[in-house]
Amino acid sequence: MDHLFLVKYAEIGIKGKNRHLFEDALMRQIRYALKKLPGSYGVSKSSGRIFVNCEDAGSCDMDAVADALGRVFGISAFCPVSCGTDRSLEAICQSTVEYVRSNYPEHDFTFKVETRRADKSYPLTSMEVEAAVGEAILNALPGLRVDVHEPEEMIHVEIREQIYIYSRIIKGPGGMPVGTGGKAMLLLSGGIDSPVAGYMIAKRGVILDAVYFHAPPYTSDRAKQKVIDLAEQVARYAGPIYLHIINFTDIQLAIYENCPHDELTIIMRRYMMIIAERLARQSDCLGLVTGESIGQVASQTMKSLLATDDASTLPVYRPLIGFDKQEIIDKSLAIGTYETSILPFEDCCTIFVAKHPVTKPNLNIIKRSEMKLAGQIDRLLEEAIASDELVVAGK
Amino acid sequence: MDEEAAALMQKLMLSDYGNPSSLHRKGFEAEGYVRDAAKTFAGILWCDPSEICFTSGGTESNNAAIIGAALANKRRGNRIITTQLEHASVSSPVHFLTEQGFEASYLDADSRGSIDLSQLERLLSDDVILVSVMHVNNEIGSLLPIEEIGKLIRKKQSSCLFHVDDVQGFGKLSLIPKNACIDLLSASSHKLHGPKGAGLLYISSRTKLSPILFGGGQQKGRRSGTENVPGIAGFALAAGKMYGRLEENYKHMEALKDLLLSELQDLEGITRNGGDVPYIISLSVKGVRSEVLLHALEDRGVYVSAGSACSSNKPSVSAVLKAISVPEEALSSTIRISLCPGNTEEEIRYAAGCMREIIPRLRKFVRK
Repeated sequence: MDHLFLVKYAEIGIKGKNRHLFEDALMRQIRYALKKLPGSYGVSKSSGRIFVNCEDAGSCDMDAVADALGRVFGISAFCPVSCGTDRSLEAICQSTVEYVRSNYPEHDFTFKVETRRADKSYPLTSMEVEAAVGEAILNALPGLRVDVHEPEEMIHVEIREQIYIYSRIIKGPGGMPVGTGGKAMLLLSGGIDSPVAGYMIAKRGVILDAVYFHAPPYTSDRAKQKVIDLAEQVARYAGPIYLHIINFTDIQLAIYENCPHDELTIIMRRYMMIIAERLARQSDCLGLVTGESIGQVASQTMKSLLATDDASTLPVYRPLIGFDKQEIIDKSLAIGTYETSILPFEDCCTIFVAKHPVTKPNLNIIKRSEMKLAGQIDRLLEEAIASDELVVAGK
Repeated sequence: MDEEAAALMQKLMLSDYGNPSSLHRKGFEAEGYVRDAAKTFAGILWCDPSEICFTSGGTESNNAAIIGAALANKRRGNRIITTQLEHASVSSPVHFLTEQGFEASYLDADSRGSIDLSQLERLLSDDVILVSVMHVNNEIGSLLPIEEIGKLIRKKQSSCLFHVDDVQGFGKLSLIPKNACIDLLSASSHKLHGPKGAGLLYISSRTKLSPILFGGGQQKGRRSGTENVPGIAGFALAAGKMYGRLEENYKHMEALKDLLLSELQDLEGITRNGGDVPYIISLSVKGVRSEVLLHALEDRGVYVSAGSACSSNKPSVSAVLKAISVPEEALSSTIRISLCPGNTEEEIRYAAGCMREIIPRLRKFVRK
């Protein structure tokens, strides 16, 4: 078989006059996904299809290519394809028989041939081609039977400037190509939820930046490395992520010393939002992204979310808002971030978590508590933003 | 790492790189380094060079001793005695053997981190084939009465083998296998400024041991695998230097330990756990999570260990601290400070100063 993949995309096909922008973005993302693989690849488009051609057949690992394409948002499905230049009916029949013979070890299934003519000037109709190819297969491989209603295998033959034959269709991640939907700032922790939230937003075509708040010595360099590793894993789907690492210790200690302890988490999250928004505006992000889901913990009740939301003037996107914990875990297992998320050096921030945090914070009371920081919080926020350490994940 | 040992190792990697098993001259030269190293250790342990077997380190030595002794002697019995204080490289192979049909008995630890000889005497039944006890505890620095234990075993059950995990004592204390009736003794190179990845197992001439690594039959079949010649030579050189200054080093570290403890005297709520040797100092610091203190000290260039990792979702608590009955709340606030002969009074004063500065500050922030 030729080392060729046909890439199908669904949603971006309907974007009217913007279509070429989406197609170009998808091709760019495919090239990015293949960049780290050995071998060189040609990515080209032709009427509603994108083709990925492994130009250096010897060094290409087709499984690795399939793995990489499976992470490119915007791809609804992709198929390993056999391709021929001779468009005569005899040649089509012969190469389809050859395709079936070499791709299926056992020849005892039902099939149907489905033909598409992108080139409508081709002298035979699709039906005629299907009948001829089907007959050729039946003659050559007597164990096969035709079933036009529920075939076990669908053999696709596409007639374009060349002939394309495929039968295996691998599902892609769907979504939109990253880069078509603007940019957002992800609040990334070392937990299970936020990497999944980042994945979900990137899937809608959004470029991600991220911010992590660390609190040395209460959190360790290993905890920081874990977050960098998680950003790398999300970047396998989302493309390069600019990860801002902010030293949050002094703000945390100031809250601890001055504010009611049961409000600490809410107030802390509000300042995280403020810093995230500052960083977001500096880098043209159009929104913040968090991994919150209603009611998961005290700081994620609706009242808590209301209080947190109030701190930011940018929209806060919460793609997991209606997910159960188990659904989030399943998703993180599927995208491969779970194993890193559950590494044990969580942090020693637990001393900053009240034994009984407020679950129904009153925004006015929270704001009054924050007044106790009035003399120092502006300086502390400036210092925190100045502590920004930038790491590029997935470069 | 000892600089002379590092230089010697570089030479052995770049010019004298032969394989001791090769027949040509390069191989013979390499064999010479291994032979000389065995002689060095034979001098240290007052034993015959043929009783020294080189390994990849303390873990391998402990595994080889315990599993090898159990397998070679299973016809005589199936019971192994060890303590609650052992390092995982002893307790895990013992546990593995219990899954294979062996029985294990554990000696209780007292609050000082030692054991009761009368309990050992009661447990020494006819079916005991191996006793494995550490010399110096790695977490709390307690010293176990190895000579008494060895003599008791020899008197009560002379065919029973006695293994000593001496990883924390070797290079710092003198322990002569023959004087203490020891059959097997484990030592590690990187605990005495030698390279990592090298160690030894002393195997007394009377000991029957099954190998745990099979292959080319190196080291008389006791441990197959090409000898790590640079590691072995570096280990021997570093060990020789440590044993040349054994008493001096010990006195120096004793003085440093006294200095550290007196510098910390004014700080309230600090308890030393165990502690017979000066170079392992286990301190429970009331009201401070050990990992937080560790990270705060690392920022000032002071590197200590945490008795147990502090983690919200998977707390791992030290079995040794539990065995010596350290109170529950102190388990997660225990650090270990290790000293070496190269440390100076100035360093100790600096480290103590950092602790005096950090600990009161961290104590302000406890979970409410």
